[in-house]
Amino acid sequence: MDAPTITAPTTKGTALAYVRTAPAAAVSPPLATVGALAWFKGRLFSSVGSTLMTISIVLLLFWCVPPLIDFLIVDATWTGFDREACLPSLARPEVGACWPFIGDRLAYITYGSYPVALRWRVDLFFAMLTFGTAWLLWLDAPRRDIGAIYFFVVLPVASFALLHGFPPLGLATVDTAFWGGMTVTIVVAAVGIVASLPIGIVLALGRRSEMPAVRLLSTLFIEIVRGVPLITVLFMASVMLPLFLPETWSPDKLMRALVGVALFSSAYMAEVVRAGLQSIPRGQYDAAHALGLSYWQTLRLIILPQALTVTIPNIVNSYIALFKDTTLVFFVGIFDFLKTIEAARADPKWSTPVTSATGYIFAALVYFVFCYAMSRYASRIEKRLAAGENR
Amino acid sequence: MSMSAFAATDTPAVEIIGLHKWFGAFHVLSDINLKVGRGERIVICGPSGSGKSTLLRCINRLEDFQRGEIAVDGKQLTQDIRRIDAVRREVGMVFQQFNLFPHLTVLENCALAPIQVRGMPKKEAEQRAMLFLERVKIPEQAAKYPNQLSGGQQQRVAIARALCMSPKLMMFDEPTSALDPEMVKEVLDTMVALALDGMTMLVVTHEMTFARQVANRIVFMDAGEIIEINAPVPFFANPQHERTKLFLSQILH
Repeated sequence: MDAPTITAPTTKGTALAYVRTAPAAAVSPPLATVGALAWFKGRLFSSVGSTLMTISIVLLLFWCVPPLIDFLIVDATWTGFDREACLPSLARPEVGACWPFIGDRLAYITYGSYPVALRWRVDLFFAMLTFGTAWLLWLDAPRRDIGAIYFFVVLPVASFALLHGFPPLGLATVDTAFWGGMTVTIVVAAVGIVASLPIGIVLALGRRSEMPAVRLLSTLFIEIVRGVPLITVLFMASVMLPLFLPETWSPDKLMRALVGVALFSSAYMAEVVRAGLQSIPRGQYDAAHALGLSYWQTLRLIILPQALTVTIPNIVNSYIALFKDTTLVFFVGIFDFLKTIEAARADPKWSTPVTSATGYIFAALVYFVFCYAMSRYASRIEKRLAAGENR
Repeated sequence: MSMSAFAATDTPAVEIIGLHKWFGAFHVLSDINLKVGRGERIVICGPSGSGKSTLLRCINRLEDFQRGEIAVDGKQLTQDIRRIDAVRREVGMVFQQFNLFPHLTVLENCALAPIQVRGMPKKEAEQRAMLFLERVKIPEQAAKYPNQLSGGQQQRVAIARALCMSPKLMMFDEPTSALDPEMVKEVLDTMVALALDGMTMLVVTHEMTFARQVANRIVFMDAGEIIEINAPVPFFANPQHERTKLFLSQILH
């Protein structure tokens, strides 16, 4: 019998080497995988389905973008003093947005019926709010702890003194019935934002508490408030609350709506914060307790800083929802931004076919700018967190 | 070293009498009696689920227990949270998963408890923290965040963090089980150095070489009970119980 022998594999008599002796020459990538052409082909026309999709989206854009640009810019009226400027005529059959209307009513849309002589107080409030917001949102700003005290303690007190008035300091009282427009929208949103985070944190902790009574109360509050629409809470606050309270103590209309908005957003915030708290592993509590830190020290120094950081995108998301929900206060008779636009567009001085459209588009743009800014901020934070995962 | 060296000390570092603990209906610890002398080093071993970690967690009251008594440094553990915090201040603990605080730097991790719990001035606490980081041989990592370190380095930071509180007792709950093999040695070396300094130590581990080298006594637990307590040499050479023999045959190859 022949023993099997191992021979080197050969092809056509040449010995085959398993290892290259010289490095292979670099090969440039096929043309079809790089460059703009490849990008178009790969992303837009890679298959029949994707080609159809691309074409229909392009058609859709062609169908709706040019008319919008025509209305907003090309055919729009830019100057004028009353409705005459924005009326269609033989010489000008297509009339676009009536921007002078917005310009004329801008003060009303911003301040409502706030006394003209005292509007500097509102301006100062806007400036202080912007300063505080920037301080808090800029993550690398110096002394953000002072910024937080300024925002959550100094600012609310100062805002009340400025907007409502504080006679001992010579600031005459302005009844909230005169407040209106952007001022009210900002006040309602700011109160909701400033109040909902601390109240939400307390409720979230309450819901996770080991004390049954605390847990039950927090859960009840959160579930009941989340179970009804904001408009119900507002009606409740403005119509039903006075029935339960003594007549001598009847808080004003705006105050009642503010309380309603604050409680409503707190319930949502509580659930956002609770999700953050749940993301903290048990070992963090163990380590903190083992070092002798108390319950509150553990929360303040270890748990909340981590839980709130991971929830920033969700917190901002709630704020966006809250900002848009403030429009609902107009149902209980408060002149917020949207309501002032409603009132302004009914003004006979500016009565034209395009006034309403102009007013609503302006409102939409303003809401969009605020909400988009918040959204961009949230996604920047998200990116930063993702990058910091490996810090 | 023999056990008699500790018989003379007045208050034991830890004294556990008739300890029982249930998780629901599950009897996780059953009639545990153990006295740990000052300066004594005890290694606790046993199959997984035998209650070793739970026993450690009862000593600093991370876990509640239903029956029995535990006294740490003469202080009886009660339901009183102030008493519990007082005990925790004196007991350092190192966890399997390190449990460093990821949002704080290494230095802040170490200085936090001395500042917050002992009321130490920040500067002094940081100097102390640097001292202990040098002892565990990673002072150069002080400004980094925990996630930037290797597992072995993180565990050494965890040891330094516990030491910063000047504990009377150090407990280690499987400190090398979550580490890559090449990092086990650096952590064990740190623990040996700590033992040479005379620290009272309670160590749950499967590192039998460490146990032989460092332990005064080895406690073998199974199914929530202490089966056997013995000095290392007789423990390995001549185990008394069938379960101990079985366990040793499984882990010593």
